[in-house]
Amino acid sequence: MRSFNEISDYMEKNGLDLVDSIISMETVKLDCTKEEVIRNMNNRLSDMKRSIREAAVNEWTPKIVPNDSLKMKKYLKKKDSLSGQIISKSSEIALLVSTFNASMGRIVAAPTAGSCGILPGILFSWEEHRQHKKEDLLEGLIIAAAVGQIIAERATLAGSEGGCQAECGAAAAMGAAALVWMECKKAEPCFQAVAICLKSIMGLVCDPVAGLVEVPCIKRNGSLVSIAVLSADMAMSGIQSTIPPDEVIDAMSMVGKAMHPSLKETGRGGVAVTKTGVNIAKNLLKNAPHLESK
Amino acid sequence: MSLTEIIGPVMVGPSSSHTAGAAKLGNIARRLWGKEIKEVEIYLRGSFADTYWGHGTDRALIGGLLGWHPDDIRIRNAFSFTNKSEMMYRFYYESIDGAHPNSVRFVIKSKLSTMEIVGASTGGGAILIQEIDGFNVDIDGELPTLIIFHKDKPGVVSSITTELFRMKLNIAEMNLKRKARGQDAMMVIEMDSKIETKTIENLKDIEHVYNKIYFLPPSREETI
Repeated sequence: MRSFNEISDYMEKNGLDLVDSIISMETVKLDCTKEEVIRNMNNRLSDMKRSIREAAVNEWTPKIVPNDSLKMKKYLKKKDSLSGQIISKSSEIALLVSTFNASMGRIVAAPTAGSCGILPGILFSWEEHRQHKKEDLLEGLIIAAAVGQIIAERATLAGSEGGCQAECGAAAAMGAAALVWMECKKAEPCFQAVAICLKSIMGLVCDPVAGLVEVPCIKRNGSLVSIAVLSADMAMSGIQSTIPPDEVIDAMSMVGKAMHPSLKETGRGGVAVTKTGVNIAKNLLKNAPHLESK
Repeated sequence: MSLTEIIGPVMVGPSSSHTAGAAKLGNIARRLWGKEIKEVEIYLRGSFADTYWGHGTDRALIGGLLGWHPDDIRIRNAFSFTNKSEMMYRFYYESIDGAHPNSVRFVIKSKLSTMEIVGASTGGGAILIQEIDGFNVDIDGELPTLIIFHKDKPGVVSSITTELFRMKLNIAEMNLKRKARGQDAMMVIEMDSKIETKTIENLKDIEHVYNKIYFLPPSREETI
C-alpha cells in the first residue's frame, strides 16, 4: 500500500469499509484468501497476548535496567494515575513486553523488536478498559499493520535508516489508528490520528546505550503510548491535521535521511554518549567474554 | 511488505537483525549441511563481533545451528543444549574489508568434509547467504535451493535441467558461476518445490558434476 489516498479511493470504488478494504488489498497482493489473512493476523494477536503472559510469569533482568513495569504496576494499584487508566496501563504493558524483549523473551516485532511493547500496550489496555466486541482487537491490529505498510513504503521502519521516529514513532502512529477504529469504526479520523501522532514524534533519534535495545528504548515504549492515545482523542474530536497524513510520512522520510548517522542506531550520539551512557557501555564491555581472532 | 511482515516476525528478542537474523543464518547453515553439526567455527564480523554479547547473537547462532527457528524460546539457553547434541563450537572475530556490517562466516567440519558459508543479516530478521565454499552467491533462503558444484564443461547445465524437468520440478531462478574457463564451477537453482534425495543422487551421476551438492530444503511452513 502506497498511501492513505490509495486506501480511500479503494474504499470508495469497492464500497468497502476500512478493514475490509485492507484485507481485500492484501488478498490481491499476496494472491491468498480473505480467511488466510484473517487467520494469520489472529495468530499474531494470540502471539502478542502470549508475550504478555510469558513476560508476567518471571522476573526478567536485562543487561542494564531493572524490570520497571513492576514499579508501574504497584503504583497503579495504590494510586489513581495522572495520565488516566488507559494510558497508564498501556505504559505498564509496554514496559513489561519491552523488558521481556531485552531479556531474550519471545515477542512479536510490531513493527520492530525495539518498539514491540507499544502496540500490545495500547491494544490490551484498551480491551481491559472499554466495552468491546470480540473482533475489535483483530480489526485494530489489521489497521495498525496497514499504517505500518504505508510508513514502510513511503519512509522506513528501521531505526538505522530513520531513527526512533521510524520504530517507536511508527508503532505509536499505528496504535493511534487502531484506537480510533476500535472506538468509532470511521476511517478518516484513523488517518488523522496517524498524522497528528507522527508530527509530534518527528525527528526522534535512535541512540541506544552500548548499542543495546534497553536505554532509552524500554522507557520510550512506556511513554510514547501516551502520544498515541491523545492523538486518537484529538482525531476523534474532529481535529484535522493541516498537513495530510501521506505528506507527513514523506516529511518523516526526509527527516530520517537528513538525520546525522550518529543518531541512527549507531550508539554514537544522543544519550548513548552521555557520561553515564559511555560508562555503562565500558562496564558492559568489561563483562563481555573476549573474542579471539584466528 | 505484507501485514504479517509489519506485525512480525514472532521472535526471541532483543534485536531482529542481531538475534532473529542470526538464528536464521545458523538455521540455514544447518539445513545446507543436511545433518547434525558436530564441529563448527563461527567467525563474527562487524557489528556482530562488536555487540554479539549484548544481543545474544552467539546464542541465536548456536540455536540456529542446532536446527531451531528464530521464535524458539530455547535460544535464551542455547549453550546448555550443545553438550547434549555434542556440537563443538568456537567463536572468533575477524575483520574483512568490505564485509557486510552484520555478517558471520561458518566453517562446519566432519571427518569427511568441510563446508564454509558466509551470511549477512540484512535487517528486520531477513538474511542473505553471500558465499558458499569460496563462491559468491545471493541466496535469501525463501525457496528450496540446489547448489551444485561441477566442472565448467558444455552440456552440464542442459543435463541438470533435463533431469529436473524429468522430475517435473519448476526452476524459479538459476545462477551460474565459474572460477575460470573449464575449471570449477557452481550452479545455484531456486525451485518452487521440494526435491527428493533420489533426484540429488541422479544429479551426482551426471558427467562433470562433482560429488558435492548442497540442498536447502524448504523452511517450515511460514505464515504469509
